[in-house]
Amino acid sequence: MNAPAQPPAAPPWTPRIVAFFCNWCTYTAADLAGVSRLKYAPNVRVIRLMCSGRVDPQFILEALRRGADGVLIGGCHPGDCHYVEGNYKMLRRFGLLQRMLADLGIPPARVRLEWISAAEGERVKAVINDMTRQLQALGPLDLPGKFADWDAEIADLAATLQTESAKEPEATHTWEPPKVLVQPQ
Amino acid sequence: MPRPKVAFYWCASCGGCEETVVDLAEDILGVVAQVDIVLWPVALDFKYHHLEALADGEIAVTFLNGAIRSTEQESMAQLLRRKSQLLVAYGACAHLGGIPGLANQFGREDILRSNYETAPTVVNEGKTRPQAVTEINGYRPHLPEQHQVVRTLDQVVDVDYFLPGCPPTPELTKAAVAAILSGNLPPKGSVLAPDTALCEACPRRATKPADVKFTEFRRPHRHLLDPQQCFLAQGVVCLGPATRSGCGVQCPGGNMPCTGCFGPTSRVRDQGAKILSSLGANVAGRTAEEIEPTLRGIPDPVGTFYRYALPASLLRRRVDIPHA
Repeated sequence: MNAPAQPPAAPPWTPRIVAFFCNWCTYTAADLAGVSRLKYAPNVRVIRLMCSGRVDPQFILEALRRGADGVLIGGCHPGDCHYVEGNYKMLRRFGLLQRMLADLGIPPARVRLEWISAAEGERVKAVINDMTRQLQALGPLDLPGKFADWDAEIADLAATLQTESAKEPEATHTWEPPKVLVQPQ
Repeated sequence: MPRPKVAFYWCASCGGCEETVVDLAEDILGVVAQVDIVLWPVALDFKYHHLEALADGEIAVTFLNGAIRSTEQESMAQLLRRKSQLLVAYGACAHLGGIPGLANQFGREDILRSNYETAPTVVNEGKTRPQAVTEINGYRPHLPEQHQVVRTLDQVVDVDYFLPGCPPTPELTKAAVAAILSGNLPPKGSVLAPDTALCEACPRRATKPADVKFTEFRRPHRHLLDPQQCFLAQGVVCLGPATRSGCGVQCPGGNMPCTGCFGPTSRVRDQGAKILSSLGANVAGRTAEEIEPTLRGIPDPVGTFYRYALPASLLRRRVDIPHA
């Protein structure tokens, strides 16, 4: 079920999701899903925090930066937070973060906030499967690969400089007299 | 005894950092008496080949301001790194990317097209753009090329110290020069400014509410702001909580909120994410419908939270820009 509809020639890539689950609700629900032997997509790496209010936006960016294709945050339903206000704090940050991420080229589907109570093992399964399917359709985010691409322009220049200085030590940026202008040929 | 050699250089910057050096006023004479300035393009006439003629490590310290945005800036950063014992990233642009770093929201092609073709003040029917190499009368002049990405100095070369600020204050500059001349230096990689949030130094601190509840964000150009009260209490976005102190609290002193030019403290990796976290969590309301109208009071989160620090942030730039 929920098998990603990929053409047969598709590479073996599947999305990697980092999930921050609150100790009191969603993590317990994930535990319940496990105990109940519910099968869900194996694409998620769960990190247990005491509260969704503990999810610093830096954690989300760091996960993406290190190669996650998506980040899932699970907390208690509104009104149920063990610490009274934590999930509201997450909700408030989330709206602003989503707008900022959109401006930085990260589509909203890559970062998802869900309220899942300790009793909702089924919902853990449904959310993870659904998010996996959505990310599969979006394709890899691959920020580590992008960083390497961006920095190729730096590496290229360093290599060029090295070869140039090996040939002709003082050749780069010798502006007086302007040699590049006085080449006789 | 030969005086230590010092270099000042600028890359992608506005010149404000150079202005701070000049703002040392008569104190600069004390510095100049103790050092030998070997490069300072804004003030003195030196040629790059003078610099190249120096032995590696012959310059005691180089203060480099500006982000790294072109091939020329990059190769100068590498050359100065090689020639200098200490390299100091001077000012917000070298430290964090600065205002030029906001260009990381756009692709190079977008920027060039805007600058040379579509900006309302541009008349350029031939759509001429600068070329790295051109052929003129048999000569082949070279121009630097613009990189796809704006970088902080330490994303290009190894940096010993960072002097934050847009621009750094004369006081911090003097303290840094004194520390370097006396050899009394903190661990490599330190930011040469206090490691506390600006709020700690802010005279409005007494009025900072323990529990802020934003119901609207008020923008400074649309409201008359109270000159005594904490900006957060007035519903104004102030980056003080997520910004390092050391600036002398000049902006709040002039009744303007902090915009974050000193960057984060050492405990924060990503300044924008941190202030987003702090402001966001303190919005009043418990449903998306209640929260959203308040958040719309921040029309440009990237420009507001990463005004000086986008290249130094975790994502570095808009991630979906094709290179062209």
